[in-house]
Amino acid sequence: MKNILKIEDLHVSIDGKEILKGVNLEVGEGEIHAIMGPNGTGKSTLAYAIMGKPNYKITKGKILFKGEDITNLPPFKRARMGIFLGFQYPEEIDGVSLENFLRTSYNSLNGSDVSIIQFRKMLLEKMKILEMDIPFLTRYVNVNFSGGEKKRSEILQMAILKPSLSILDEPDSGLDIDALRIVADGIKKMREPDMSVIIITHYQRILHYIEPDFVHVIIDGKILLSGGKELAKELEEKGYDWIREANGRKENGRII
Amino acid sequence: MEELYKEEEFFRVEKGLSKKVVEAISSIKNEPEWMRKKRLQSLEIFFQKPMPSFGPDLSSLNFDEITYYVKPVQEKRRRWEDLPENIRETYEKLGIPEAEKKYLAGVVAQYQSEVVYASLKEQLENMGVIFVDMDTAVKEYPELVKEYFMTKCIPPTDNKFSALHGAVWSGGSFVYVPPGVHVPFPLQSYFRISSALVGQFEHTLIIADKGSFVHYVEGCTAPVYSEHSLHSAAVEIFVKEGARVRYTTIQNWSKNVYNLNTKRAIVEKDGVMEWVGGSMGSGVTMLYPASVLIGEGARAEHLNLTFAGKGQIKDTGSKVIHLAPNTSSVIISKSISKDGGKSIYRGLVKIVKGAKNSKVSVSCQSLILDESSKADTIPIMEIHEETATVTHEATAGKISEEKLFYLMSRGLSEQDAMALVVRGFIEPISKELPMEYAVELNRLVKLEMEGAIG
Repeated sequence: MKNILKIEDLHVSIDGKEILKGVNLEVGEGEIHAIMGPNGTGKSTLAYAIMGKPNYKITKGKILFKGEDITNLPPFKRARMGIFLGFQYPEEIDGVSLENFLRTSYNSLNGSDVSIIQFRKMLLEKMKILEMDIPFLTRYVNVNFSGGEKKRSEILQMAILKPSLSILDEPDSGLDIDALRIVADGIKKMREPDMSVIIITHYQRILHYIEPDFVHVIIDGKILLSGGKELAKELEEKGYDWIREANGRKENGRII
Repeated sequence: MEELYKEEEFFRVEKGLSKKVVEAISSIKNEPEWMRKKRLQSLEIFFQKPMPSFGPDLSSLNFDEITYYVKPVQEKRRRWEDLPENIRETYEKLGIPEAEKKYLAGVVAQYQSEVVYASLKEQLENMGVIFVDMDTAVKEYPELVKEYFMTKCIPPTDNKFSALHGAVWSGGSFVYVPPGVHVPFPLQSYFRISSALVGQFEHTLIIADKGSFVHYVEGCTAPVYSEHSLHSAAVEIFVKEGARVRYTTIQNWSKNVYNLNTKRAIVEKDGVMEWVGGSMGSGVTMLYPASVLIGEGARAEHLNLTFAGKGQIKDTGSKVIHLAPNTSSVIISKSISKDGGKSIYRGLVKIVKGAKNSKVSVSCQSLILDESSKADTIPIMEIHEETATVTHEATAGKISEEKLFYLMSRGLSEQDAMALVVRGFIEPISKELPMEYAVELNRLVKLEMEGAIG
C-alpha cells in the first residue's frame, strides 16, 4: 500500500525543551494507526507537529506527506493538502456560527464558493449520523459546548472537510459511554475508505469500536513499540511500564 | 467627462469664524430672527469656552482655516476623477453600484432614491410623522424647534464644540413621531431629498412622543470622502414616556477628518433609548453618546464598535446618567486596533442618590491586532445609591496563537483566520444593524483586515 505520511527521525522542541526525540512513522493510504502512551510523553506534540503548530520547533528530521516535504509549510497549506487535526481541546470562536465556520473552512480548502443551500444539505446529512440537532449550526463555534459536543463537532468537521489524513487527538477523552459510542460510530461512518487515520488515545476503549491496523506506543518522545491491534489489548492488561523497562535491553526500541 | 463646476455657481462663506460669518449663514438660509440670535449667542459661548481638557491632541485643528458653510447643492458637484485614489479603489472593492458610488463620493447631488422616498413619504404623512430637513423644520415647525433645539438636551453651553455647532450648524434631520405611532421601517438620512450627506455641522433632532417607536439610521458603511477637516454634528433625542428610539450610526468619513460630535438622549418614564454605532473612518474621533434617564423605569442600551487603523485615534465611550429609580443601562463597547491605531474607551456611568434599584452593566472589549496598536479603557463610575446593581467587565488583548492555529488547521490563511475572529468579535453589533449595513460592515472589516484600504 502507498505511503501517505512518512515521518523521519523527527525532533521537536517547545520553548527550548525537546519533546520528540526522533520519531519514525509511516502511514499508508486507508490505514488506521493508534498512537498510545502515558500522559506527557509526546503524543499530542506529534499530532500538532504534523499539523504544523507555529511554536513547535522542528530541530531535526522531516515530515513527508504524499511524497512532499511539508516540514516547513504553514498549517493552512498542510490542511489544503489534505491533513486534518481533530483537537483535544478545540478553541472557542465567539460570534462565528458553526455553519459559517465550516463553510468558510470548506471554501478555503476547496478553493470554492459552495452554495449555502447545498452546503446546508450536506451538513444536515452528516449531523444526523452524529445525532446533532439543527440548532447546533447557529451556535458559536465551541462556545458553551459540552465536552461531548466539542468532540462531535470535530468529527463533523472531519466529515465535511474530507481529508486524506485525519489525526484525532484523544477523540474519546472525557466522554461517557454513550457519547463515546456516538463519536466512534461517527468516525467509522464518516470515514471514506481511503482516508488514513491516526488516533491518539490514552485508553484502548475507543479501539473496541474502531479497529486499528497498527498500534504504536510513544514513551519519552520516541515510538518504543509498534504492533498490530492485539498490542492495544496487551497494553490494557499490562500498562506501559514494562515497555519502558524492556526498552533498555532491545535494539532500535523494538521488542517483540 | 463631467463638466467642472464653475466657481461662481458656488457659495462659500469666508474662512474662519466671526459674527459676520455666522450672520451670513443665517441670512443665506433666510432664518427667523430667533435662530439668528441663537447662533450668535452660541458663537459668544464658543469664544469663551476652553478646548476639552481630555482626549486626543487637537492642537493642529485651526479654527481660522476652516470654511464653516458651503452651499450644499453645489458642494456635491465634484468630479469622480478628483477623488483620492484610495477612496475610489475602496468603492470598487466594496462593489458599490455606480449610482450609489457617485452619490457617496459627492459627485451627484443625491442617490437615485426619489421613487422609494416618495412612497415612504406618503406613508409617513399618513401616520402623522414629520421627517424633514432641519432648515425646513425651522421654518415650518418653529414652535417645536424653539422648544427642543439646543435647549434642554444639548445647550450650546455644554462644551466648546456644541457651542461651535450652535453657531454654524446646517443640514440634518428633524423627526417627530406622534403618540403611539410605530414607524415600521428605519428612517435613513439618505432618503431625505435635498439632504446634505457631507454636512459638516449637521443637526438631528428626534422627538418620539408617548408610546411611539422609531429607528433612525445615519450614515453609511462605504467611505465618504469629505473635503472638510472638521465635522461636528449634534444629535438630540427626546424619548417620551413609554417610547422607544433606536439610533444607528455608521460613520466612515475619510481619514483627513476630525470627527467631534455630541449626541444625547433624554429618556422619560419607561422609555427606551438604544444607541448602535459603528465608527470606522475619520482621523480623530471624539464621540460619547449619552442617555439621561430622567423618568422611572427608563432604559438605555449602548452598543458601540470602533475600528482604529493606521493614523486613527478613536476616543469614544458611552455616558449614562441615572436620575430616577428603577432605571437601567447596558453598555457594550468593542474596539479593534490595527496598524498603529489607537482606541480609547472613555465612559461615564452615574447613579445619583435617590435613583433607587438602578442597574448598570458595562462591558468593554478591545482587540489589539498588532504590536504597534493600542487600546485603553477609562470607565468612570459614580454610584451614589446603595441599592444600585453595577457590573463591569473589561478585556483587552490579541488574538491567541492557539485560536489562529485552530483556524489555520482548517485551511484558513493567517489573515483569513484573523478576519474571521474579528467578524465574530463584531457580531453582537453587526447583528443589530439593518441587513445591508451588516453585510457592508463585514465586507469593510475584511478589507481593513487585508490592509486593502489606504
